Amino acid sequence: MDQDISLKINGTDYERRIPARRLLVDFLRYDLGLTGTKEGCSVGVCGACAVLLDGQMIASCITLAVAADGVEITTIEGIAEGGHLHPVQQAFIDHGGFQCGICTPGQVIAAKSLLDINPSPTEDEIREWMMGNLCRCTGYYGILESVINAARTVQEQGR
Amino acid sequence: MIDFEYHSPVSLDQTFELLDRYGEDARVMAGGTALVIQMKHRFAQPAHVIGLRKVPGLDSIIHERNGDAGVVRVGALCTQRRIETDPLIAETVPLVAETFRRVATPRIRNMGTIGGGLVHGDPNQDPPPSLIALGASIVLTSTGGDRTVPVEEFFLDYYDTDVQQGEVLTSVLIPPAPPGSGTSYLKFLPRTADDYATVSVAAMVQAGEDNICRDVRIVLGSVGVTPIRALDAEDLLRGQPLNEDNIRACAEAVKDAVDPLEDFRGSPEYKTDMAAVFTRRAITQALASAG
Repeated sequence: MDQDISLKINGTDYERRIPARRLLVDFLRYDLGLTGTKEGCSVGVCGACAVLLDGQMIASCITLAVAADGVEITTIEGIAEGGHLHPVQQAFIDHGGFQCGICTPGQVIAAKSLLDINPSPTEDEIREWMMGNLCRCTGYYGILESVINAARTVQEQGR
Repeated sequence: MIDFEYHSPVSLDQTFELLDRYGEDARVMAGGTALVIQMKHRFAQPAHVIGLRKVPGLDSIIHERNGDAGVVRVGALCTQRRIETDPLIAETVPLVAETFRRVATPRIRNMGTIGGGLVHGDPNQDPPPSLIALGASIVLTSTGGDRTVPVEEFFLDYYDTDVQQGEVLTSVLIPPAPPGSGTSYLKFLPRTADDYATVSVAAMVQAGEDNICRDVRIVLGSVGVTPIRALDAEDLLRGQPLNEDNIRACAEAVKDAVDPLEDFRGSPEYKTDMAAVFTRRAITQALASAG
């Protein structure tokens, strides 16, 4: 059954009529064309579909779009500001944080959400937080290095 | 994904009306981490999903004092992450913060709620053993008022709980551990850190004068169709000196209480052996944490 939702995505207001069964990841990708968010495991385990809902990282593959009525979503398309990449994005480029790239939007969203609440995480805290974002290329050292360096940039900008 | 109608009530009264109207065709959804996956896999095929997200008043954490140590009332919609990071929880019932930190990953903990997890009734979840070890209760609300059920009695069978038609789990009442006691939650994870436990154990141990065990609670997860409190094993330790031999005998006795299912995490025999090993460690760690 179709239902109306209205929500803000990357700063833009959207109103749409969608079936209740539509998952948030499909709503973003197929209804809005925001294909930066990827779908991997489809059961909330791999992290490829991570987006921010009211600032909190969630799995869009197990979120009903109708349940996101009235919220604010941030996707990978929405974290660069004023034409400048987010420090996490830049760090992933500078420190080889990706190989095939399909997990990267989720990795970047996860790292950003960590730095939003903890701008100076220890390496253990980074490892624990990023645990739920799988990289099938196994490029974990590059990812870890990227997040460590992104944290440095965020701290410098914060001063 | 199955087809269904989604309802978003803005009060408990509206929720009860919807439950009354749709009866067994309806399922209540909190964070949705469990239900949406079940619907994707067609394990659950409700014609109506009632989302609680817009029902106010179900996401508070309050220390209700009534003379004694009181209880911490945790609203059903509090996310696992909120409980993990809440200062009041950390101060009054640290075992609960410690346990919720072990649930899945931060992304899932941002979505999943304490109430939704309990109603899901999965015996492999982390919170139930710790909640039972603390003697927590569940408040089920209906048009007839509140019904309070000990968490220990809430799980009836595999994915089956004591929630009756027309009831909504609205809060969880968690008493602090008794004075002088220590608590622990151990999760045996031989595969990955975000897995369900192969075996989990929550322990509460209260030492009295002369190192005699005044009280003890041992509750295991992932070793049966429900969380299991090892009452006979507890009896071997209660009133006895808290020495290595007695702790070992108590831990060995949990083997008679568990009845693990065979799965990719191990055979029933393996899980039974690990239940004893992790019980011994959980008791030892609980004693070490006693203030």
